[in-house]
Amino acid sequence: MAKYVIKRNIKDNPYLVAGLVITGLVLLLTIVGVFWTPYEPTAMNASQKLKGISLSHPMGTDNMGRDVLSRVMYGSRITLLIAMGTVFIGATAGTVIGAVTGYFGGMMDEVVMRIIDALFAFPSILLALVIVSVFGTGWVQLLVSLGIAFVPSFARIVRGEVLRCKNMDYVANARLQGVSDLRMIFVHILPNIKGVMASAILIGFNNAVLAEAGLSYLGVGSQPPYASLGKMLSDAQQYMFTNPSYVLCPGIVIVLMVLGFSFLGEGISRWK
Amino acid sequence: MKYTLKKFVSMIVTLVVVSLCVFLAFNVLPGDPAVRMLGLEASPELIAQTREQMGLNDPFLVRYFRWFIAFVQGDFGTSYSYSVPVAGLVANKIPITLTMGLMAFVITVLISIPLGIVTAKYENGILDRIINVSNQIVMAIPPFFSGILITFVFGLILRIFTPGGFVSYTEDMGRFVRYLFFPSLAVALPKISMTVKMLRGSLIDEAAKDYTRTAYSRGNNTNGVLYRHVLKNAMIPVITFLGMALADMVAGSIVIEQVFSIPGISRILLTSISNRDYPVVEAIIMGIAVIVIVVNFLVDVIYRIVDPRIGIE
Amino acid sequence: MEIILDVTDLHIEFHDHETPEVAVHDFDLMLGKGEIVGIVGESGSGKSMSALAIAGLLNRKTLTKSGRIMFDKHDLLTCDRKTLRSYQGDEISIIFQEPMTSLNPVKRIGWQVEESLRIHHPDIDKKIRKMKAIKMLKDVGLENAADVYNMYPHELSGGMRQRVMIAAAMIGEPKILIADEPTTALDVTVQAQIVDLLKKINREKGTSIIFISHDLSLVNQLCQRVIVMQKGNIVESGKTTDVFTRPRHTYTKKLIAAIPKIDLNGDGDMA
Repeated sequence: MAKYVIKRNIKDNPYLVAGLVITGLVLLLTIVGVFWTPYEPTAMNASQKLKGISLSHPMGTDNMGRDVLSRVMYGSRITLLIAMGTVFIGATAGTVIGAVTGYFGGMMDEVVMRIIDALFAFPSILLALVIVSVFGTGWVQLLVSLGIAFVPSFARIVRGEVLRCKNMDYVANARLQGVSDLRMIFVHILPNIKGVMASAILIGFNNAVLAEAGLSYLGVGSQPPYASLGKMLSDAQQYMFTNPSYVLCPGIVIVLMVLGFSFLGEGISRWK
Repeated sequence: MKYTLKKFVSMIVTLVVVSLCVFLAFNVLPGDPAVRMLGLEASPELIAQTREQMGLNDPFLVRYFRWFIAFVQGDFGTSYSYSVPVAGLVANKIPITLTMGLMAFVITVLISIPLGIVTAKYENGILDRIINVSNQIVMAIPPFFSGILITFVFGLILRIFTPGGFVSYTEDMGRFVRYLFFPSLAVALPKISMTVKMLRGSLIDEAAKDYTRTAYSRGNNTNGVLYRHVLKNAMIPVITFLGMALADMVAGSIVIEQVFSIPGISRILLTSISNRDYPVVEAIIMGIAVIVIVVNFLVDVIYRIVDPRIGIE
Repeated sequence: MEIILDVTDLHIEFHDHETPEVAVHDFDLMLGKGEIVGIVGESGSGKSMSALAIAGLLNRKTLTKSGRIMFDKHDLLTCDRKTLRSYQGDEISIIFQEPMTSLNPVKRIGWQVEESLRIHHPDIDKKIRKMKAIKMLKDVGLENAADVYNMYPHELSGGMRQRVMIAAAMIGEPKILIADEPTTALDVTVQAQIVDLLKKINREKGTSIIFISHDLSLVNQLCQRVIVMQKGNIVESGKTTDVFTRPRHTYTKKLIAAIPKIDLNGDGDMA
C-alpha cells in the first residue's frame, strides 16, 4: 500500500522528481570530488590559461590555468559544509533559545525575544558582516558568523511552535503526570514540531548557501588557494568576457544546489 | 493613535537595544580601542593617557550614553585608518546605497503585484505554471550572480549600459538613476519572486473565504471581487514581507555595488572591516539599523491603515 | 398568487472524486410573490446547495447543474453571466450562516451595505446612497445606525453583523431573499429577533423569502410552506401546518421528534 502511494505521488509531483535529480547530481559531483578530481584543484598550468569548455577541461580553465571542474568539485564541498554548519549552529541554538523562552515565558522571554526580533529584522548578511568584522575573516569565522546570524529565524519559528503546543491537551496531560520541564520540552514538545523544523532547515540551508556565496564574493570567506563557489565567482568576474565558462560554471552549480533543495521543499509541501 | 504611540515606543526600545548591541560589539568585545589606535608598541603611559583622554575609564553605561548622544548628533567618531571624521567619509556614499535599495523596492512592488494577481487569477493555467517555475529558479540565483549575468548580457553584449560607467547624483541625476536601474534589478529579482509567490498564495487563500461569496452575491464580477474585496485582505501579509524586503534590499545593495563598481558604502565598509576600522563599520551598521527600524515602524503604521482589526485585542 | 421563481428538476452533481456525487436530485420549487418557504433537512441534505444554485453562486468547475431556474423570463442556469449578475444583489439577495466571516473584515460597514446599490444603480448620488444605507441599518434594528455605518465588522456582535448582512441584502429591495441558515451561528435570543426581522421585512416590503434551516421550530414560526429534504431529495412538501401536524414521511417524523422539548429538569446542557 505504502509503496503504491509513493509511486503515484512521485509521478504526479514533478517538483519532487526535479528536486531529487538536481540535488542528486550536485551531491554526486561533490562526493566524487572528495575522492577524485580530474586535476589537482590547485595545480596551475601556464599554457592552459582561460581555456573554454573542452574534452580535457569540461568546465574550462581559470586565469592561472587551473581546471575549473576540479575547483568546482572542491568548492561545492566547502560551500555545502559551511551551509550545513551554519544551519546546524543556527538550528541548534535557535531551537534551544526558542524552546526555553517559549516554554517558560515571563520576563526573560520578553527581553530575549525583543533582542531576537531586532536581530531578525536585521538583514542576515549584514549581521554576518558585523560578526566577521569583530572576529576577522576566514572560513571558520564565516561559519560562526553565519550560524549566529541564522539563530533569530530558527528561534522565532521554534518559539511560535512551542507556544502553540504548550496549550495542547497532551502537554497538560504529561504535566499532570509530573513530567519535568526539560523532559517536557525535549521529549514531549520538540518531536512534534519536526515537520515545521524540516521545512525551516531546508529554507535555512538555501539561505545559507546564498549568504555564504554573497559573503565569499565580498572576500570575507574562504582564503586561497582553495575557494568556495562564491569566492570562485568573485575571482572569475573580471574574465566574464574573455572566458564566460569560468564564470558560468561555478554560478550554475550554486544555482542548481539551491534550486534542487527548493524543488525538494516545494515537492514535499505538495506531497499530500 | 494609541496603537501608533505603542509602536513608536517599541521602535525606540528596539533602537536602544540595537545600539547597545552595536556598542558592545565594537567598543567592548574587540579589546582596548586605545591600544588599537596607537598600536601594540606604544608605551603603557601613552596608552593610559589616551585611555583617559578617550574616556575609556568611565563606567560602561556612561560610555554608552556618551557614544549614543554623539551618534544622534551626527558625530560618529574618527576613522582609525584615515584619521578623519567618519561622518564625512560616509555622508556622500549613503545616498547612493539608499537610492539603490529604494529603486529595488519600487521595481519589486511594480513588477510583483501585477504578476501575483495574474498568477492567482489564472491559477494552474499555463502562465501561472511558467511563472511558478521561474520564481523557483530566480530565487535560487544569488543576486551577485544575476548581477554578473546582467552585466554580461545588457552591458557587454547588448550595450544598453556601460559597466563601470557610474555617474554620481551630484553630477547628473538622470544618468545616476539610469545607471542604478540594472543593479537595482539584480537586487530586486529574488524579492520579486518571493513577493509573487507570497501574494499568489495569499490571494488564493483569501478568495476561498466566505466574504468573497458575499461579494459575488451582490453582483460583483470576478474583477470586482478581486480588486474591491480580496486584494486589500491579501496584501496584509505581503506588506509585512515587503517591509522586511526593503531592509534586505538595502543590505543586498552592498554586494551588488561590488559587481557594478558603484562607489556606495560597500567599498568603504569592506575596507574598514578588513582594516578593523571600527568607527566606520559601526556608523554604517547603525545607519542601516536605523533605516531598518524606522521602516519597520512605518510598516506597522501602514498595517493599521490597511487592517482595521490591528491594535484591538 | 403570482409565481416569481420556478425551479424545476434541479440536479447538482459533484465531480471531485472518481465517482460523481449527487448533491441535489430533482429539486422543484415554486415561490409566490410575498411568500415564505422553508427548506429543512440535516446538513448534507442538499438544502444549502439548492439555495446557492438559485442565488447563482455555484460555479465550481468540478460541478454540473441541470434543470431550470426560471426568474423574470430567464433561466438562471443557462443565461449569460451578465444577466445573472444583474439580478444578483438587486432582485435576488442572499444571507449566510456565518455572519462572522461573511463580511469583508477590512471594509467599513456602510461601504458593504451600499455595495449592491453602487453596482446596480451607479447613478444614485453618493449622499442619497448613504442616507439609504443608514435608513436600512435603522430598519434592521441597529439603533446607532449612523455610527455603525463607519464601523468595521470586528466591532460588532454576531447578531449585529447578521443584521448588517440583511441590510446589505435588502438595500436594493430585491424580490427574493434567500436566508441560508441565518440563525444557526447565533444565540437563541438573537435567533428569535432575526426571525422577527425577516417576518417584518416580508410583511412591509412584500419580499419573498426562502428560509433554509435545520431548526423546525423556527420554520414553523416563519414559513407558510415547507420543503423537507434528505440526501439530495425532496421527501415531503406542503403547507407548514399540514406537514408538521400530519407528517407522512418517516424522515419528517424523525425530524419533528428530534425537536428539543423544554426540559424542566434543566440540566443546562445546551451543547
